[in-house]
Amino acid sequence: MANMAQAIRMAIHYGEKHLGVKEVFGEDVGPPLGGVFTATQGLETAWNSPLDERGIIGAAIGLGWAGSRPVAEIQFVDYIFNVIDMLKLAGNSLWCSGGRMPCPMVVMTPTGSGIHGSIYHSHSFDSIASKIHGMKVVCPSTPLDAYGLMISAIKDDNPVLFMKPKALLRAKGKELIPGEPADEKELKKMIDAPVGDRSKWKPKWPDLKDPGIEIGKAKIAKAGTDATVITHGRMAPICLKVAQEFEEKGVGNIEVVDIRTLVPYDWKTIKTSIQKTGRVVFINEETEISNFGEHLFRRTIDEMFYELEVAPKLLAGKAVPGIGLSPVLEYNSVPQVKEVEHAFTQLLGEAA
Amino acid sequence: MSRKSNATSTAKVTKIKNDKIEKMSSKDAAYESLGPEVLTKMHRLMVLNRLMEERLIKMSKGGEGFFWIGGPGEEAFSIPLGLLSKKGQGLDYDYFHLHYRSSGIALALGADPIDTIRQMRTTVTDPYSRGRNFVNHYAIPEWNIMPIAPTIETQYSTCVGSAIAQKRHGGTGITIVTGGDAGTAEGDFHTALVWANRPINPLPCLIIVINNSYGISTPWEGQHGEGDISNWAKAFEGMPGKTINGNDPIESYIAIQEAMEHCRTQRSPYLLEAKTSRLHGHSSSSGANRVDEPDCIKMFEEELSKRKILKADVFKKHWEECKKEIDDAYAKVKQEPYPEPEDIWKGIFTEGLDDDYPTSGGSF
Repeated sequence: MANMAQAIRMAIHYGEKHLGVKEVFGEDVGPPLGGVFTATQGLETAWNSPLDERGIIGAAIGLGWAGSRPVAEIQFVDYIFNVIDMLKLAGNSLWCSGGRMPCPMVVMTPTGSGIHGSIYHSHSFDSIASKIHGMKVVCPSTPLDAYGLMISAIKDDNPVLFMKPKALLRAKGKELIPGEPADEKELKKMIDAPVGDRSKWKPKWPDLKDPGIEIGKAKIAKAGTDATVITHGRMAPICLKVAQEFEEKGVGNIEVVDIRTLVPYDWKTIKTSIQKTGRVVFINEETEISNFGEHLFRRTIDEMFYELEVAPKLLAGKAVPGIGLSPVLEYNSVPQVKEVEHAFTQLLGEAA
Repeated sequence: MSRKSNATSTAKVTKIKNDKIEKMSSKDAAYESLGPEVLTKMHRLMVLNRLMEERLIKMSKGGEGFFWIGGPGEEAFSIPLGLLSKKGQGLDYDYFHLHYRSSGIALALGADPIDTIRQMRTTVTDPYSRGRNFVNHYAIPEWNIMPIAPTIETQYSTCVGSAIAQKRHGGTGITIVTGGDAGTAEGDFHTALVWANRPINPLPCLIIVINNSYGISTPWEGQHGEGDISNWAKAFEGMPGKTINGNDPIESYIAIQEAMEHCRTQRSPYLLEAKTSRLHGHSSSSGANRVDEPDCIKMFEEELSKRKILKADVFKKHWEECKKEIDDAYAKVKQEPYPEPEDIWKGIFTEGLDDDYPTSGGSF
């Protein structure tokens, strides 16, 4: 099965072939590297930009306004902070122009912790991104979702921020991408650049299809009846694994909702699940002050207070200025498996 | 460098023959080549622009609208720029990434002053922003005028995008970006210079700085040691840089034409700095009162009279006609409705909002 980096690569290739993508760019996005996580390796229209985030987003906006469908990359989300006003411009151009100037563009960027990236390669951006109104925000947790959402992001007439959980970029999927060869060695041979001189190398792309994964639709990663976890990105596979273990052990049957899209989020699916179980924890790795999960938490209280069995809960990152390099510091800054286990235990154990 | 251009101005302005300019004093040749018809048109547009801005200032002071910012004093540069541009929609035409002193460019391209007055009054009939943005913040997709942001610098980054698209597309369409002198301290200005001059893909981008000598209240000379802003061009091999007197419409016309031809034919950038007056200060925030700086329209009228090209009665007619046009437009706008409260939800996403999008602003 493809990993997430390969999946994104295949989705952008689909965009080049079928959706009119003509510009894929960012720092080290073109040959020879094809992106620091290889998510743009071998793409026909990928090119290296100057090391200038404002230029990258400015170029994407200008291309979008001029009717192109660019895919731009900010190498790490930690470096997106100096383009916040550019993102604001992308998000507000339709609204500010009285509905006349759409800005179709995709900005992808690796987000979150999990690769021992220290202070400037571990940031999360969820709540800040969610405040750029007019911009859609997605954050997949599986290669298939990443593939499908990238195609949908390219097709979208609005700006889309596509956050790639960097801890998951090398993780292999459990579902086949439509058109992907079943043998992962064959896929690797087809689309991964060789080690060493790759100047003459060209990928051989599979005949890919669009799986139709819509922006704004959450996924029930695991159905359950006793409690709900609302999560996304790096925390989604951790929550899923722990929930599966809890069920196997007979401790409780937790429903795992992978929201996949932060804006516009799928409130119907979230609400339906919470109403069904009466217990909910929101789990993400962003710091807890003004956390995106807090918004969902507040809406849960507003709309479902009297339907809840126990108080809703949030498991998030610690409100510290950065994620320290020492594993001791990192593991005590962002939720790990044991915190998820603890959260689930508390959620299930609290008397109604 | 080729002197020929396939570019055609939709405003049907007579092109100055460059070979003729080279043989004669360029200004004399330009006056002769443009002829009374074009010079009359230029003068009338300058007057229309000035009177529109003065009306907007009056509206701001009178509480009929709020903040005012605009370009009175820049007409000698902005009107020729608009007239010389290739107007239309799509990559074959010029793209405009402008700043908030660009009303003259919009009017010269054919914008109706009534629409700017609408934006000043924040009526729902404002075609540029439906009452959402400050005055002189244009967005005209039909003429490739990209949304103007109240930021002073982001246009220097966005211009790169349409220029990339035009370079790929071919043809003679170019991207034009304008900003002020103070904004060149921002990184975005340097983004435009660096990205437009990448040896791997130079861009057909006319990078313009209108130097009115101030950033709000801060004089240019105390903050910038680079001398002329066009000096930045020296760092980039092959990119011409020029500083001109932007208070002179003919000098502006010649320089803009030359710069545009370079971008259109060479498919590479040009840095043009125009020094102009700022006749009403920065904005309404500093009172917007008339200041004692050279007035380009007055000087143009003196020049046209001296050269016996146009007579005073023509000027008088223009001032009277344009005043009536602005007065009539203003009277009409006064009758037009403001946006409805529900209007805030329009234009967030192209497809509209899902039923579940939060719209209550909290718990109530």
